Amino acid sequence: MSSDADAPVETTTSVEELRAQVQALETEVSDLREAADDGQKSMTIIATKGTLDMAYPPLILASTAAAFGWDVVVFHTFWGLEILHEEKSKNLKLSAVGNPSMPMPNAVAALPFMDNVATSMMEKKIEANGTATIEELIETSLDMGVDLQACQMTIELMGYDETEFYDGVTTGVGAATALQHMAGADVQLMI
Amino acid sequence: MSEYEPTDTLDVKGLSCPMPVVKTRGAVDDLSSGEILQVVATDSGSMSDLKGWADSTEGVSMLEQEESEAGGEPVFRHFIQKE
Repeated sequence: MSSDADAPVETTTSVEELRAQVQALETEVSDLREAADDGQKSMTIIATKGTLDMAYPPLILASTAAAFGWDVVVFHTFWGLEILHEEKSKNLKLSAVGNPSMPMPNAVAALPFMDNVATSMMEKKIEANGTATIEELIETSLDMGVDLQACQMTIELMGYDETEFYDGVTTGVGAATALQHMAGADVQLMI
Repeated sequence: MSEYEPTDTLDVKGLSCPMPVVKTRGAVDDLSSGEILQVVATDSGSMSDLKGWADSTEGVSMLEQEESEAGGEPVFRHFIQKE
């Protein structure tokens, strides 16, 4: 037998093998595509601030994303917990100090009553502009299926009781729960 | 006036972001397939926001958006169909 006679047999086998490999790869690619595009987008926000101005962005984005049909988790930690605290959320303050947009110098802004003045000014603007209150945005977000989570470690650190948060807020969760959702999320934000 | 006959109208006049979009979602959920929702807003951001929402949300389409005036104030009408 010459090597020429063996060649076609080897080629045939090899083409069949290649075909099988290509088919296996095609199946794998199509499975991966399906898994990657399950149709539902997902967003995780970490909310760490408890001032009036910093409470709005996470709630506005969360409720809007829920309107898009996204799966949304907002993980509240440290001062972000105040947003979910039923009583404190109605009394969030704006800081007059260190805010260059305030129409007053820092020396004046540092006076004891200035945070209240700045907060009251902002609350009037919010009402006049038809902007939703923090409470309305929390209720709306919860109604739309946003998972508002309160970090268990900071609940204990700040000395809060779980019953002080809005009904529907998820407690008993920590960094691992937040990371698990972030790992599969299309959008991750720290606010 | 629009050529579309809305099944339902959602009035979000006086409300600002994110409420027009959030309330539209809720109102669209109450519609049946093929029905049309008219959203009436005064928020000028609603022109871009509701279009963006409709374009990237499954099962809804923005048929028409029109700007008019009522009492010297701009009014934005959006016609959204549930597919």
